[in-house]
Amino acid sequence: MKILFSILREMADLPNDPDAVALALNSLGLAVEEMDVVGVPVPGVVTARIVRMEKHADAAKVTRCFVDAGDGEERHVWCGATNMQAGDVVPLATLGTTMPNGTEIARRGILGIDSEGMLCSEVELGLSDESSGILILPADSQLGVSPFDVLGIEHDVIFDLDLTRNRADCWGHLGVARDLAAHFGVPLRGPRIAALSHGSNKALDVTIDAPEQCGSFTISYISSVAVGTSPRWVASRLAHLGMRSINNVVDASNLVMLETNQPNHAYDADVVSSFRVRLATEGETLTTLDGQTRNLHADDLLICNGATNVGVGLAGVMGDLHSEITDKTTTLAIESAWFSPDPIRYSAIRHGLRSEASIRFERGTDPNAWQQAAERFVTILRETCPDVTLHGGATVVQTTSCPVPVSVDVSVTRIESLLGVHIESERIVSILNSIGFATTIKGDVVTSIVPTWRPDCTQDVDLIEEVARHFGYDNIGKTVPNSTVHGRLSNMQARRRILRRVLVGLGLDEAMPSPFLAAGDLATVGLPEDNVLRIANPLVAEESILRTSLRPGILRSLRYNQSHRAPQIGLWEIGHVYPKSDQQLPDETEQLVIVVAGGDVETSLAQWNAICDALSVGTQLDQSRIPAGLHAGRSATLARGKKVVGVVGEIDPLVLDILGIEGRVSILEVDLTVILNEEPKPVQAKDINRYPSSDLDLAFVMEDTVPASTLQRALRQAAGKQLVSIDLFDVYRGKGVAEGFRGLAFRLRVQGVEATLTESQLAELQKSCVAAAVKAGATLRA
Amino acid sequence: MTSASTPEHGQLAQALADGLVQIRDAATSDQLRGVVSALTGKKGPIASIKSSLGKVTDIEVRKELGQLVNDALTALGVANDGRSRELRAAEFSSQIESERVDMSEIAMSANVERRLGRMHLVTQAMERLEDVFIGLGFQIAEGPEVETDFYNFEALNMPPSHPARSMWDTLFVESDVDGSVVLRTHTSPVQIRVMQDWPPPIYAVMPGRVFRKETPDATHMPVFHQIEGLVIDRGITFADLAGTIESFTKAFFGPGFTSRLRPSYFPFTEPSAEFDIRRHDGTWIELGGCGMVHPHVLRAGGLDPNEWSGFAFGFGIDRMAKERHGINDIRDMYSDDVRFTEQFS
Repeated sequence: MKILFSILREMADLPNDPDAVALALNSLGLAVEEMDVVGVPVPGVVTARIVRMEKHADAAKVTRCFVDAGDGEERHVWCGATNMQAGDVVPLATLGTTMPNGTEIARRGILGIDSEGMLCSEVELGLSDESSGILILPADSQLGVSPFDVLGIEHDVIFDLDLTRNRADCWGHLGVARDLAAHFGVPLRGPRIAALSHGSNKALDVTIDAPEQCGSFTISYISSVAVGTSPRWVASRLAHLGMRSINNVVDASNLVMLETNQPNHAYDADVVSSFRVRLATEGETLTTLDGQTRNLHADDLLICNGATNVGVGLAGVMGDLHSEITDKTTTLAIESAWFSPDPIRYSAIRHGLRSEASIRFERGTDPNAWQQAAERFVTILRETCPDVTLHGGATVVQTTSCPVPVSVDVSVTRIESLLGVHIESERIVSILNSIGFATTIKGDVVTSIVPTWRPDCTQDVDLIEEVARHFGYDNIGKTVPNSTVHGRLSNMQARRRILRRVLVGLGLDEAMPSPFLAAGDLATVGLPEDNVLRIANPLVAEESILRTSLRPGILRSLRYNQSHRAPQIGLWEIGHVYPKSDQQLPDETEQLVIVVAGGDVETSLAQWNAICDALSVGTQLDQSRIPAGLHAGRSATLARGKKVVGVVGEIDPLVLDILGIEGRVSILEVDLTVILNEEPKPVQAKDINRYPSSDLDLAFVMEDTVPASTLQRALRQAAGKQLVSIDLFDVYRGKGVAEGFRGLAFRLRVQGVEATLTESQLAELQKSCVAAAVKAGATLRA
Repeated sequence: MTSASTPEHGQLAQALADGLVQIRDAATSDQLRGVVSALTGKKGPIASIKSSLGKVTDIEVRKELGQLVNDALTALGVANDGRSRELRAAEFSSQIESERVDMSEIAMSANVERRLGRMHLVTQAMERLEDVFIGLGFQIAEGPEVETDFYNFEALNMPPSHPARSMWDTLFVESDVDGSVVLRTHTSPVQIRVMQDWPPPIYAVMPGRVFRKETPDATHMPVFHQIEGLVIDRGITFADLAGTIESFTKAFFGPGFTSRLRPSYFPFTEPSAEFDIRRHDGTWIELGGCGMVHPHVLRAGGLDPNEWSGFAFGFGIDRMAKERHGINDIRDMYSDDVRFTEQFS
């Protein structure tokens, strides 16, 4: 929202110091995003008339202009523009002038003929960001004076405010000026209103058929209007505020809105002399001022000519093209209404048309600003229409939805206990009064009548915020709470950190791919896509599915790196997946995935062992269940009891082929909700067994189809409590072992529990181990 | 020593002197072992002197000679230790010389040049922030990333069709009731979940992933991270909020940094503020939003605003990482490109 310093200073005696005002605005919560100094006169630039123009035979692209700057001297200037003609008055930068962009105008020649200055465009004068040629000034302009004076361009400062959603009132200068006046302790004058001679009473018929959407509809009747151009100061201010000058009536309407925050519309009262506000009917159309014909919706609010019931404006959004005032207009009906914010917002959204009016109505305007707006309108118009008359007896129709001032109570105690600072009750009252909250105090209770321009203030904390803003956030101290809570990580969070450090220790880099997938991404990696949730309004179609697995994302990252000459990388991610559930929210869980390019089943098993060791967890490896998308011969599920908590192994070579990833890729995927939430009990120490231990080396032959773990389990059971450790130290396939079998050599370290094992005890133990192995399907290797 | 001087005295002195010379002259450890075992063995000169001591009649002299024998053996032992160390040192020095390597060559070999993995910069920033807040007495709460409209908006004082909802460009998840499930646009819904689940007093921060319907550019991502803070206790004030932000600023950025609050607006806090951090050079960075928890929000969390008050604050984590490491384009941080990642050890 652009705010002009000059308008603010008309409304209140603010210090003539834009920086101080900017600081104040920031401290009041009206954040200044940008501050622009505009219309700074350029000394040395004067108005001049082009006396004659000549072309030079050898310089096709430039024109020789001979100008008179009012001193009777004819100066010669080369000019590259083409939009000027002999007789035009234009800005001339005389020799020695320093232009706003820093260049100095020097005597420069083309073809040996000197140029004695430069004709200027709006850009060159710092008046605009764009222009199409030399600035042509009014033909009757005085010569030899500053073009800034001729144009009535005021030296001004534009504050570009980043307004928060609650401050509807600051969409007009008046709201900003009110806050600043209170801040600087100066009275608020408001917009200048001339002493107006009111004409005879004149009321027009107004009917409101949509009382919920339209809370107030007022018509002020104005006569003796002559449509023409605006005074220069009006055009200049509008230009600074980003609006184009149209004519004196439209400009007055716009400026009044920018100043008072009251959107208004001027109808030709001879054409539209009565009004009806109603909801549109489906199928009705209206051509708005921007030339677009719009199909109306039954929820659109329409302002109609009361005589014909035909729409003359899409209420709160934009007027009708055919109801614009014309050169012949002499009487005006000025509409200033209050519309319910939501219907206007939806209307604007439906028609993709956010206008200056709709922006204000959807935030909430002041239903009581219409009169001031009408008077200001006539004050501005009188500069170009001296006889203009505002007639009394304006039509004011209000419905039950029209906001009324509300009374809000807050206790001084509550203010102090919420802010944590002592503020004198007189100060509280004076702050609230200074921003228009009519405030009284009785004992501890402060009662404020909230003005209708502040629809955001409805309860005690709203008043507390106003007090805090004007008391100054910087004047409230800094304390810290007396907490009895101790800061710490939860068990799960501490274990997650351990896990992250193990992964880093394993040399693996954390990846953070997008959690959004394209249709088919899951299928590509061999996973089902039937339990996915979709984004209803995705940014792009490739990001419309919420992931149910971390695998597609991390494989994409792996492939990306492989294609950028980083073939040997290991990546991990800890992140959420969102499979559909039968509840409102998905079955969201936290997962771990690790992939290593060039890694194999040993890589992923070693990683899992390290993680299990670090987190004191254990799982069973189940190769009988082949995880989807993994290498059927080199992968297994990880189970805790009957619950599958993950998969380990290698990615299916077919998947890798489809993805274009070269070499093997190891994978480990674990559901962390199970693993991280466990709280392993502290391990209880066993005394060191000091009896000497013995090693039994036993080699067996067993069919390939029987897992080695079966044999290991049998040996473990047979060795019983004497077993210290069991290691598979050799696996052999080849000569001496039949096809389809392999040799498995185990070393069992055994130790007596109460005494050293005797030779015969050892022999007995070996015998039962062998027997158990045979029972498990192995034979002792010769 | 007595004045008596027997032939044994002379023999012993001679044997000791000879022995010391032999030990000194031994050229290798093996030779030294031979010399010493010859000198101190059962057939060595000292042993033979010792065995002849029985013939000495004077008990005092015999006693004295016995002592001298022990002293001689000790002296030989000391000499042996010294020479032995000299010889072994010499012997190892040649081994050491023969084993000399170029350490720089080994340092560069594939077996040695093994780097640890890297945590994502966002994770690093998140852990640093968590640690600072733990130090300030906060616990850490987490919540789901796919949220209901209730937690993301309604409970945060934004009933359906509240205009402030447009402050967030929301990604909606398809569901039975249109618009009822969203990808959380901020970490604030965790505030409500914590209020509902944790008995007050509450001192918690809530880091996590958030989502906006925003086209990626150098400073924006549709998926990014925030950290939210919530304090609920009896008698919590706006001054407590300002002081907590100040403590955090000094703890996280350093003692030379200060903070300030500026009025702002959020539907879920009132009074609301933006907080800025002042760098050493006097420039300010806008960090995040904060304010006193709105009474409607306390009620939505099941707390009585007359009994409990509190404050909340929140800011972006990604920007912290971006600022800390001077990253120009935030998209690089999410590229998973190891050429980018491996810079940050």
